[in-house]
Amino acid sequence: MMDLAHQAGALLLAWFTLREYMAIRRGAVTAIMGPSGTGKTTLLKLIGGQICASAGTIMVDGQNISELRIRDLYELRKRMGMMFQSGALLTDLSVYENVAFPLREHTKLPESMIRKLVLMKLEAVGLRGVRELMPSELSGGMARRVALARAIALDPMMIMYDEPFSGQDPISMGVIVSLIKRLNDAADLTSIVVSHDVPETASIADRIFVISEGQVIEQGTPDALMQSQKAWTYQFMHGESDGPVPFHLPAPSLASDFLGEAE
Amino acid sequence: MKKGSLGIEFMVGLLMLAGAAALFFLAMKASNFASVDNGADGYTITARFDNIGGLKVRAPVTMAGVRVGQVQSIAIDSETFEAVVQMSIRPQYDRIPEDTFAKILTSGLLGEQYIGLDPGGSPDYLEEGGAITVTQSALVLEEVIGQFLFSKAEEASKGEGL
Amino acid sequence: MKAIEALGRRGIDFLRGLGRAGDLFLRMLLNVVDIFLHPRELTGQLYAVGVLSLLIIAVSGLFVGMVLGLQGYYILSRFAADAMLGVLVATSLVRELGPVVTALLFAGRAGSALTAEIGLMKATEQLSGLEMMAVNPVRRVLVPRFFAGIISMPLLALVFSAVGIYGGYFVSVGLMGGDIGTFWSQIEARVDFRHDVVNGIIKSFVFGVTCTWIALFQGYDATPTSEGVSRATTRTVVHSALAVLGLDFVMTALMFGDD
Repeated sequence: MMDLAHQAGALLLAWFTLREYMAIRRGAVTAIMGPSGTGKTTLLKLIGGQICASAGTIMVDGQNISELRIRDLYELRKRMGMMFQSGALLTDLSVYENVAFPLREHTKLPESMIRKLVLMKLEAVGLRGVRELMPSELSGGMARRVALARAIALDPMMIMYDEPFSGQDPISMGVIVSLIKRLNDAADLTSIVVSHDVPETASIADRIFVISEGQVIEQGTPDALMQSQKAWTYQFMHGESDGPVPFHLPAPSLASDFLGEAE
Repeated sequence: MKKGSLGIEFMVGLLMLAGAAALFFLAMKASNFASVDNGADGYTITARFDNIGGLKVRAPVTMAGVRVGQVQSIAIDSETFEAVVQMSIRPQYDRIPEDTFAKILTSGLLGEQYIGLDPGGSPDYLEEGGAITVTQSALVLEEVIGQFLFSKAEEASKGEGL
Repeated sequence: MKAIEALGRRGIDFLRGLGRAGDLFLRMLLNVVDIFLHPRELTGQLYAVGVLSLLIIAVSGLFVGMVLGLQGYYILSRFAADAMLGVLVATSLVRELGPVVTALLFAGRAGSALTAEIGLMKATEQLSGLEMMAVNPVRRVLVPRFFAGIISMPLLALVFSAVGIYGGYFVSVGLMGGDIGTFWSQIEARVDFRHDVVNGIIKSFVFGVTCTWIALFQGYDATPTSEGVSRATTRTVVHSALAVLGLDFVMTALMFGDD
């Protein structure tokens, strides 16, 4: 059981306040959704130990992240895969080299073995044919798929996806959606998807946490949330332009702006 | 990216070579490294002067114009108020007579000052710790001019006196 | 009141930055083993930082040496001291111009490239990616570049000086008709290896550490946007130049103060 206890960390823009436990189940696809800037990416960084929570605890596989020593944190990270929004491939290495990188760094496998593994991972994402290309020659969607292949190179126990669907054309989006689901089921992974694309995420998530301004607004299955009566959840899930998040941002009254000028 | 790695290693090797060659050039042709005159291996002799002028440490010590050593240190004797100059002479020049004369000379018109040794005739040679007794101090420009003016003034007054 | 507050804030930011820079410096220094674990990385960086700077260093050295020869000739011949031209050129290059100008050119060419590269890696989340793959980005990316810079700088400075002396020789003997024998023999007599050449090497080593450290820190600390990276690159060049000139003064006073 991997759970994130109530966390209150003041970081730059977002902070999380006491609200509820966020428990993320093994083997399931869990989505964390919310508007831009609420700190979803920050949450992933907290899980990965890249930043420290100033209060609260994060437990991954029974270990408290903030109490781990660097060496143990690195050991834990080998069992986590992360797919960044931009792919974050190393630009001076080819596709093959990028996927082989974690294998070369952390295992002492012979080249022949590494080659087989790399090709297998690339096959899983359907990009075995582009293995000699450089990252600069790939389209955004392809780069992400390579990043995914790299994330699963060491057969991790969980994968975190940071905005995997943003800015993709319908076909690429469909590819990534199906990949996330297939990989999760085939390898019995735990997937955490951070996104604000409702339809795509809802189609594959087993559980969704909707957060805003550091608080968990609601959690549940996609169907439950789609039918939720909470105004905020409703506005978000259905993409309504006006609701708890108002269309008009705070401004002086209409009268003073238009009539005030005349004077 | 292994494609160009051999070419890269070659170029890096060239860089190292260029640096080593530059160092070698500077050492051999552009400095006194080749003549290895750092005074470390040599014997020390002293000389006392009334005025060393612009003599500096590491200034050359020559005999018949040939460099035989360098100045090691310059100090003042607080009792006799003389300048005590320690010189390091190269070991191969071990036949400098004890009554050698040491002068402070200037190289060129405005050049740096050095010590010139005029050999004497004594059969005993200077050894480690030996001292040169006869010395001539540096020519201080102001004193020379002063003397010159003084003698000119004397001449003029003598001429008038007649 | 506001102005004083702003000044205080800048001062604190500066000190914080210095602290981070110092922390990075120690981390890079203590991980020197990594260059032996990944020699390929070091070689690659030596190429990027050293070999690619070789051309501009050599050409600049040549021109500086030639100008020294020219100007030196004009000035020295007024005092009938043109026999000293070789010594003027050689000493100026070996003691000062070699290390300093090389460092400034290095900061401009290699330093800014390093900052831009690291800053861009930060902006495109490559450094984060490495961290999440349980690879320490400081050890993998920064350490090879740090030591490549430290090794390259003295080599480049030596090349600068050597080429410069030849440039001066070409001008004074070839163009101005100076005596070839006098030129070289005076140099050999007056330029002291330990005092001049070795001190110059020590200087360029210190500059190498400083410029590379500044370049890497600015890239690592940059704001991960394109504007942030461009500002970091500018800062690298400016800070490196000021540091080099300041350190040069201090070292010159210490090394050559008794002349």
